[in-house]
Amino acid sequence: MLRIKNLVVDHGAIRALHGVSISIEKGQLAAVIGANGAGKTTLLRTLSGLNKATDGSATWGDLNILHSKPESLVRHGISHVSEGKSVIPELTVSENLELGALWRRNRKESAQSKKEVVDLFPRLGERLSQRADSLSGGERQMLAIGRSMMAKPQLLLLDEPSLGLAPLVVEQIFQSIRDLTTSLGLTVLLVEQNAMGALKIADIGIVLNLGSIAATGSAAALRDDPAVRAAYLGF
Amino acid sequence: MFEFFNTLLIGITAGSIYSLMAIAIVLVWRSTRVVNFAAGGIALASTFVGTTILEITGSFWIALPIAMLAGAALSAFIEFFFLRPLLKRSGEKTQEIFLPIIATLGILGIIKSVLQFVYGDRIGVLTPPLSDRGFIVSGESIALSPLRLMILGIVLLLMIVLTLVFQRTNLGLSLRAASFSPEISRLSGIRVDLIRTLGWAISGAAGATAGILQTTNGSGSVSPEAFEFSLLLVFGFVAAVIGGIESLVGAVAGGLTLGVILAIILMYFGSSLVFFAAFVILILVLFLRPNGIVGVKGGRRA
Ligand SMILES: Nc1ncnc2c1ncn2[C@@H]1O[C@H](COP(=O)(O)OP(=O)(O)OP(=O)(O)O)[C@@H](O)[C@H]1O
Ligand SMILES: [Mg+2]
Repeated sequence: MLRIKNLVVDHGAIRALHGVSISIEKGQLAAVIGANGAGKTTLLRTLSGLNKATDGSATWGDLNILHSKPESLVRHGISHVSEGKSVIPELTVSENLELGALWRRNRKESAQSKKEVVDLFPRLGERLSQRADSLSGGERQMLAIGRSMMAKPQLLLLDEPSLGLAPLVVEQIFQSIRDLTTSLGLTVLLVEQNAMGALKIADIGIVLNLGSIAATGSAAALRDDPAVRAAYLGF
Repeated sequence: MFEFFNTLLIGITAGSIYSLMAIAIVLVWRSTRVVNFAAGGIALASTFVGTTILEITGSFWIALPIAMLAGAALSAFIEFFFLRPLLKRSGEKTQEIFLPIIATLGILGIIKSVLQFVYGDRIGVLTPPLSDRGFIVSGESIALSPLRLMILGIVLLLMIVLTLVFQRTNLGLSLRAASFSPEISRLSGIRVDLIRTLGWAISGAAGATAGILQTTNGSGSVSPEAFEFSLLLVFGFVAAVIGGIESLVGAVAGGLTLGVILAIILMYFGSSLVFFAAFVILILVLFLRPNGIVGVKGGRRA
């Protein structure tokens, strides 16, 4: 269970989150939607330790996750796929994947995880020795998610995996995220501009507006909410 | 022809030493984006450590690894206690980008002063373990001596080890990843701060080896104001820059190119033009191939 209470985050003089409270149960896929600048990325970066919180609290199970470094949080099962194609272009596909499991210091487990990722995204398997900058946008996103799966996370933080991808690829990526959540019992916080797509696969939805929560509820209810439809779904 | 061949041999030997220095500079640049003038001081100090160990034990083969360890330790110490706090505090503002550069210049000065204080007017003597008399080929002595062969062997061995470490080990993958993208590395669980310190340590060991070899290849003795070390630092930088500053392969290519060209100039035009030529090469490469002689356009090489 992820419990976020009154989270306040500042970027210098700009307050990006004004006391956000969110509660997600284990195994749930939660979609966070909202316009540009709503604070979605800031929320994820704070949860993974990249940004500092000004106030409030956040816990994952018994673990207090504010004031920890990203490299320690990974060791506690929290993995963040950051905004943009979160891969290292100069490394090969294989190296990008291995990177995600280095901290486990276990080559056998790492090889096993790599096999699982390749089973999940066969297109990566055909390109293991290629440099990541030779991949298409969709393949890069698969690689980014694959890398974070190499850490065997329990809580997955995904920042706009659909960004810049063709509709068909977006559908594939969303389907993979849904499948992973269900089959591995992951808890997922999925940040998206593509509100309709995200709410279709999510269990619950959270609408962020200018750093505050505007609406929250089951994904189905949000999809039918006239105010949400008008503001974020465009019809 | 014979003379030209000898000049090539001299150039390759000197160039291989510049390559090591260039590697020291590239490693620090890649891990922390710091232009490390202190590399010259680290090489100098570790060479003094080497001469002292050689004096005590009488063995070059004990002195060299201990000098490398000393270089690694000193370099890691500098990163941990000076550069890390400084980089944490400094931002993107123009005047702040100069801070680390000025800091490494300052540290270079401090190291030299400390050496002056400790060693005074005494110089460190590094008797080479092998003869520097050239092999005899068809009655004539060539520029390749047992000593030069040893220098080339040590440099080659180190490069093979470095390549294997960088391409084949987990540490190497961490070092490359942390230099390309610290943020994604941290999110992948890499302890980037630790990896940076290790990058500086490897750089220090490479610089120490360059210092020891430069001394054995040159006058055989070292003083805190040794001109040989100023040359080593400058040529190391030029080699790193013409190699593209990002790449270890480039550093080696840059060092060898520079060594050979300078040897030819020294042979046929005299010593007064060597310094001048080094900078002309630097400027030419910057204009004609800003990504370095092996640089890939718009990309960085592992
Ligand atoms: N590093 C930063 N420095 C200053 N302000 C920032 C920084 N990062 C974000 N902000 C500000 O914080 C607010 C929230 O930004 P954030 O990136 O979290 O939004 P977002 O919801 O992810 O937007 P988008 O959908 O465009 O990615 C914005 O007003 C933004 O300008
Ligand atoms: Mg964002």
